Formats: sequence, C-alpha cells, structure tokens
Amino acid sequence: MNFEHRKERPEDGKHRHGDGDGRRHHGHRGDPGKQFHRGDKLLKVEDLSVEYTSGKKVVHAANHVSFELNRGESLGIVGESGCGKSTVAKAILRILPDRGARISGGKIMFKGEDLVTMPEKTMEKIRGAEISMVFQDPMTALNPVRRIIDQVSGVIRLHNPELTKKEAEQRGIDILGTVGITPDRVRDYPLQFSGGMQQRVVVAIALCCNPELLLADEPTTALDVTIQAQVLEMMKGLMTQRNTALILITHNLGIVADTCDNVAVFYGGEIVEYGSKEEIFKNPSHPYTIGLFGAVPDIHSKVDRLTPVAGIMPEPSDLPAGCKFHTRCPYATECCMNGDVPVVSLGGTHICQCHNIQTVQEANKKEATA
Amino acid sequence: MTANEVKTPGTGTPPVEEEERKQSGTREFLSRLAHNHLAMFGGIVFLIIIILAVFADKIAPYDYMTINMDETYLRPSLEHLFGTDQYGRDIFSRVLYGARWSLLLGFGSTIFSTVFGIIVGSIAGYFGGIVDSVIMRFIDILQCIPGTLLTVCIAVILGSGMWNTIFAMGFGGIWGTARMLRGQILTVRGQEYVEAAKATNCNDFQIITKYVLPNSIQPIIVQSCSHIGGAVTQAAGLSFLGLGIQPPYPEWGAMLNDGRAYLRYYPNMLLAPIVMIALTVLATTFFGDGLRDAMDPRLKE
Amino acid sequence: MSTLVEVKGLKRYFDVPKGTLHAVDNVDMAFEEGTTMGVVGESGCGKSTLARTIIHLQEPTDGKIYLNGKDVTHVSKRELPKLREQMQIIFQDPYMTLNPRYTVEDTLKEPLAHSGRYDKGSLDKEIRRLMDMVGISGRLRMAYPHELSGGRRQRVGIGRALAMNPKFIACDEPVSALDVSIQAQILNLLQDLQKEYGLTYMFVTHDMSVVKHISHKISVMYLGQVVETGSTDDLFDNPLHPYTKALLSAIPTIDIDKPKNRIQLHGELMSPINPKPGCRFAPRCPYATEACSQPMSLREVTPGHLVSCCRAEELSDKQPVTAGGAAECQN
Repeated sequence: MNFEHRKERPEDGKHRHGDGDGRRHHGHRGDPGKQFHRGDKLLKVEDLSVEYTSGKKVVHAANHVSFELNRGESLGIVGESGCGKSTVAKAILRILPDRGARISGGKIMFKGEDLVTMPEKTMEKIRGAEISMVFQDPMTALNPVRRIIDQVSGVIRLHNPELTKKEAEQRGIDILGTVGITPDRVRDYPLQFSGGMQQRVVVAIALCCNPELLLADEPTTALDVTIQAQVLEMMKGLMTQRNTALILITHNLGIVADTCDNVAVFYGGEIVEYGSKEEIFKNPSHPYTIGLFGAVPDIHSKVDRLTPVAGIMPEPSDLPAGCKFHTRCPYATECCMNGDVPVVSLGGTHICQCHNIQTVQEANKKEATA
Repeated sequence: MTANEVKTPGTGTPPVEEEERKQSGTREFLSRLAHNHLAMFGGIVFLIIIILAVFADKIAPYDYMTINMDETYLRPSLEHLFGTDQYGRDIFSRVLYGARWSLLLGFGSTIFSTVFGIIVGSIAGYFGGIVDSVIMRFIDILQCIPGTLLTVCIAVILGSGMWNTIFAMGFGGIWGTARMLRGQILTVRGQEYVEAAKATNCNDFQIITKYVLPNSIQPIIVQSCSHIGGAVTQAAGLSFLGLGIQPPYPEWGAMLNDGRAYLRYYPNMLLAPIVMIALTVLATTFFGDGLRDAMDPRLKE
Repeated sequence: MSTLVEVKGLKRYFDVPKGTLHAVDNVDMAFEEGTTMGVVGESGCGKSTLARTIIHLQEPTDGKIYLNGKDVTHVSKRELPKLREQMQIIFQDPYMTLNPRYTVEDTLKEPLAHSGRYDKGSLDKEIRRLMDMVGISGRLRMAYPHELSGGRRQRVGIGRALAMNPKFIACDEPVSALDVSIQAQILNLLQDLQKEYGLTYMFVTHDMSVVKHISHKISVMYLGQVVETGSTDDLFDNPLHPYTKALLSAIPTIDIDKPKNRIQLHGELMSPINPKPGCRFAPRCPYATEACSQPMSLREVTPGHLVSCCRAEELSDKQPVTAGGAAECQN
C-alpha cells in the first residue's frame, strides 16, 4: 500500500505548536523514513467526566477517567454493559448523542491539543483521518446501497483529492486485497457480504485513512472465532507497521490478552484498575477484576465451578455512593460506603481503586496457595 | 471512514435510551399522549363532535325534517344559527343530526374494515404457505381496482342505505389493513417468544390471541383511528353522488349535494357541513398522529 | 448411563430461491442421560436448526429421532404436548424470547396450566417454587420483561423450560447475549440444576471456552454436518479434524503465558445451498487433497472419538499445525 501521495493539509500545521516533545510532528503520515516512533505520547485523557441527562435524571456515565496512550500501543478497555466504556470512546471522537449528553469535565489531549474544546470544524478533520472508529455492527458504518469499492475509493479520494477516480479505485482494490477481499467481490453491495467480510471492509476503510488512533468498540463481538482472529491480526498489523495506537473496547478478556499492551477495567463509569497486561493478568487486584477473571471459563484450565461476582451491575442512573462496587463486593467494609475511594499504586503502572486492597490481596494469595 | 460516516451512532446503547425503554408502558404512553398538545386538541374536538351527534335530539333547537316554506333561505341569525335551507329547515339542527349519520358511517365502515382486516390478515400472516398465497393474490387483484371505483360499484350494486354504504366503504378498507397486519405478524411470528410459546404447548389460537395479535396490533389501531376522518369524507362523497344516505336524512355529504345549487347566493348552506367535515378530519388525524407518536417515542426524535 | 435422546441420519433442508439449503445434513448424535453434549460451530453451521428439529419445533426432512429408544420422529398433534413435557428449549436472546406483554408470573403460569396437573392453589405454589429454583426474587413476580435485566430474563426463560419438568433441555446459545459475570451465574445455575434434577443438556454455542467448561461430550459442526465428536478432554487435548484445530487455535485465551500458534483460515464458508459432495471444509482446509472430494462420513479413530477427515491419522501428530500452507502467526 502506498500512502506517500497524501497531500499535506493546511490544518496539520496547527497541531505543531505547544508541546515539549517535538519529534512526533516532524514526520507526516505515510512519509517513508520519517515514521512516528513507537512510544511517543499520543493521547492523554485527564479527569474525563460525561453526563447524560434524561428528563430530570442525570446519569454519570463516566467519572474522572484518566489514562494515557502512546503511539503503537494498545489499550484494552474492559467492562460489562453500562460501565461507561463506549461512552469514553464516543467522547474522544466527540460523537456523543447531541441530546442530553455532554462532557462535564476533564481534558482529552490528542497530540497536545484538547479535543473537548476543539471547534467542530477542526474535529471533523480529525475524525476518520487521524482518529478512526470501528463499531460492533459493521453495517452502521457501511452504506447499504453503495458498492463496496465505491465506498472505499470514496474515502480514499476524500483524503487524497488529487487522485483520479480510477487511481483511487485501484488503490481501494489493493487495500481490500490486504484484508482478504478478492477483486471479484469488490463490486458487491455490503449486504452480499458476510458479517466478517463487512467488518473487514470497515477495518479496511479505517486503514485507508491511515489513522494515528483507532478506536474499536467490540469490533469482533458479532463475528465467528476464526474470523475474529483474522480481524484482530489485521489490527495488530496496523499497530506494528504504522505505529497506530489502538483503544480496544471489549468484554472479552481473551481478546485483551491477545491484543493489548495495557488494560483499564471499568466499573460504574470509573477505572477501577489499570495496568500493563502482565500486571493485570498476573495480579488482578480489584475485587471486580478478580470476579471478572473468575467468571471466564478458560480452555487451558479446568474448574468445576465459575466464581463470578454476585448480583448485577447497578443502573448507571442509580449508582451507589462511595465505592461504586461496594454493593457487590465480598470485601466491602463500612468505609467503602461513603466518600472517595483512594487510588493505590501497586508498583509499575499498576493502580487500583480500592479501600481494602491489602485484605483483598491477602485473601487472593491464600486462595492461590490453597 | 469519513468524517460523516464516523458520526453514525454505534450500537452501544447510551444509558439515556436504556432509561426510556425501561419506563415505557401504559402509564408512560398516556403521559406522552397528554403532553402532545395537538393530539389532545384533536381528541377533545373529536369528543365534542361525538357528544353533539349523540345528544343531537337534546341540543338541536329544531327538527331536521320539518319543512317550513315560510322561512326558506334565511341568513344566519340568533334564531337559526346557520340559517335555513330551501325548504326552511334549520341548518344547525341538520348539521347536528347529520353528525350522527356521518359518524355512524365513518365508525361503522372503519370498524367493519378493521375487524375483517384483522381476521383476514391474521389468518394469512400466521398460517403462511398456501393460505397466505391465496389470500394475498386475491388482495393483489382487489387492490388493482381503484378504491373509489370499487366502493362506488358496490354501492351501486347494493343500492343506498346505511348498512349497504358501510359495507361498500368498509370492503375496500379490509385489504389494506389485512396486508399491514400480515406484515406485522410475519415480523412477530419470527420472534423467538412465539417459538417459545409453541414449545410450551400453546395451540394456534392461543398463540394468535395471546402472543401474535397483542404484539402486532398497535399500528392497526393507530391507523384505524386516523382512518375515521377519511371514512367520514368518503361517506360524504358517496352521499354527494347520491349513493349513500338518501334525503331527507341530513348526512353531511347529502347536505353538500343539496346546497351545491345555491353556492353563489347562500354559501352558508354549504359552509356548515364543509366546516364540520374538515373539523372531523383534522381532529382524527391529529389524534391518530398523537397516538402513533406516543406509542413509538423513537418516531418523534 | 443410558441414552436418553438419539438422532440418526437427521436432515433438515430448506427450499430457498437458489436451491436447497442443507441446514442439517445427515447428523447422528446421542445424548447420554444426565450429561451435557456441547454442539459447537460457527454461525450458519446448522447447530440451532438441529436443536429446534430435535425438540420438534421444526419438522425433519429425513432421519429419525428417538426418545428413550422410542421413535418419536413423527408424532401426532395429540402426542406432541406429552413429548414437549420431556424435551424443552432455552433460547439465546432473553429479550426476544419472552412475550413483552406477559409478566414473570404469566410466563411461568402458562406451561404449568397447560400440563393440567395443578389446581389454583398448587399452581401458585409451583410458580413460587420455580422462581426460587432459578433465583428470581418474589417481588419481581409481576414485572414485565422490559423491567428485568438480561440475566433475570434468561432466568425466567430457564424457569419456563423447567416448568414442564423435562428430562432433556436444548440450550440454544443461552449465555452468549449476556455479560461475562452474568454469563457465569447462568452457567452455574444450569450446572446446579443438572446435578439436582439429573437433566440432560444439548448445549449449542459458538463459544469454545464455555462449551469446554460445561460439556461432557462435544460435537463440532461445520455446514450442517458433524465433523468431529468425542469427550471434552479428547477433543481439546487431541483434536483430529483440521477445522477443530483451527477453531481451537483461534480462541483468545486469558492465559498470557501460553504461546499461541494461530492457524488462520483463508477463504469464506462454502454456501450451504446445494453443497458439493465431499468434505465441506476442503476449500478452506490447508491439507485438502484429491481424496477430499469423495463423500465422507464419521469414523471412529479412538474409542468414542469420531472424525470425518480422511487424513485424520496422518495429521494427528501435526499439532499445532505448521505445514501445508497454513498461515501461522506466533505471538
């Protein structure tokens, strides 16, 4: 795939100011030899809060969420439905529903600029070009009445206006080839494709925008395992070849283990535990994370009975005071019911939001040795 | 993904929608209806018209048939609110009594077409296969004939009179309703809860009445509600052609027919029934739209 | 252990505009009493159709269904209710399987009332017992499906199936629409019920981890046919069919130390409409040879472990697959 024809857009200049790390703006996408470096800081979410208002009710869908993401790295956001994980992705792309939803606080620093306060015009330039998103249902991103190739080449032309229609189409066929869609199928309509093929087309469209950040919201939940494996491999390829950063939202811990470098566990709109993949998978410390691991049957281990968290996730509109998890937590004490919960550092990047972290860890160790 | 495409909302339901869904129910439906001012206005106007029709004999100051050749062609006055016609009959009283006929025809034909439409539609939709094919082809053929032509033909064949007119008008409406309900039922029938009902030994009748109909009939009810206004207009049209209610009964369409010769000199003879027809149609349309919006909050967004 | 339900040469075809869709094609399967048979496969492999055909929600095109050794393939309308009391189903999407206009009580009452075994007083008691059994608190008795969470809805669905007091339950993806912790709660519930009442499950799913956790035996389906069947341990420790191997290698695991040799399949599924004879996996199979175009059937390789691949033995040592053009990635 060639992307060197990409024309430098005038807006790109705007992103050059005001950050200590000058390196990352020297290269432009697709410029061979001036690759972005893996590990450069790309996204920094600080204290992000999102509210939904429905009538008189205010739903705090995300509360004081903070995390960082470097180029070429991937972050897995794990949690169950209603925990606010999709809200965070939509907030980053600023595609929260117009009615009732708003970012009530915090910053989303993308390449040194705050996306929260960015004018909509500039934001439109960033969407798709620098930040792309892949949804669970591929048909939300595909136009059912346009041929696949027209949709792909349309996006290519949008980002490379100097290309003729023919050239764009040829490039589209090349890109679709890389995701395993043969030239004889490119003139089909989306509905003639299987779900897996549709999702691969969506990822291909994301590819031809060559984004710096890819947001994927349950991208493989609707797919079969063998197809899921293909899509995950593609996204990993994007990360290693072009240093694209990836935020992968999923409820599947196996996918996180497979694809992500860092993990953020969400509960009740908050990050309850954050750390590198090794830190989280080897030493899950928050009672909720432990419960999540206890709930997943694994093909490499044999347990007779799963040990999930009891109860159900409270409604986002009806979260308890204090620690949001205390109503289901087996270790909850009086101090969990009110006030802020301390964020405890467990060494490295590993942090955990829990009052009784020592009790939890001791109990966990005992269980492991028993 | 382009900027535009990216904006397509994802599949993750934001909590707001979740909330709305959880609250929906009969009470929520009524409260949404009550908050729709246009629908409430339509409902109230329609209710007033119905009350006027029902209590016409109590409200009307004169009899609708008594001819008084001394008081022909009177202009509206306090004594005769809408004036009198060429036989000296009080137009206000005739409009009130006319409401009875018009509404009877409107309701009658709508109920007729809805009931039969539901029966035919549920048979076609639920049983499917050959039964469905036969019924649907029959409907296709009938729907090739322009609706008005069909109604007029039946009205001519059967002759005038209230029941014949109701049948003539209702007959044409059965098929649209049946087709719509069939579509609804096909959707509902594919739902897993219908399969689950079979697995719990429900028989066909129970499945239709307890599972399929309650979950597919809403749009039919809404459509019928909006349809009443149309039926009133259609009845007026038939009577205007002399096929519906015959003189001296004061159906609104018949009154239009009576008054059309005097349009230039005594427009009040036409205006009164026209206003009533228009009010009825508007009121039922507003109310019907309100019902639909209240049932499906997504439509309003 | 005796065989409770058995199917032999079961076929379910659908006439579609382009030809005949072979949704279930010549399936043999036996369900031992008190155990769970997992049926895995990807979307469109006919596993749900198989479940629905076995419990008589769909008519089989050909083949036989036996219950306790008795042929129940074609039963009269009068016998069907009796049969249904022994074979029940739990559906995938708990939101779609409950009548939106029924309260929890209505849903549970209906099958009980149909059985004709309960009078008014005992009916009430039985509803309460069912709700207890599946873990729904009594205050939700008058709740409508839209007022319940996904997990609770699925519990109502399980309660409805249990109301008939069946011996055999076909579970059609019962947990795939649920969140992980709820999924685990439901899996535990199903296991507890099995232990307590000696239920026999047919557990249809696409999730290999779930099927491994809950099943005693597993059948792998591909395009309407069973390609491999065996005990859970045999199948996971020693998969014989190339498709099973690919399926197993594709599962994302939470064990991050385990090295992954992922077999990537290329090509798309063959159409199940008018399929060609021979192995249906051959177009995607890295080891396909001429011989694979010959008709193929299940054969026993080791006791209780059946596979429908003519090269199963010679490939059995190639594990994980490395040769034969299979793209592989190491991470």
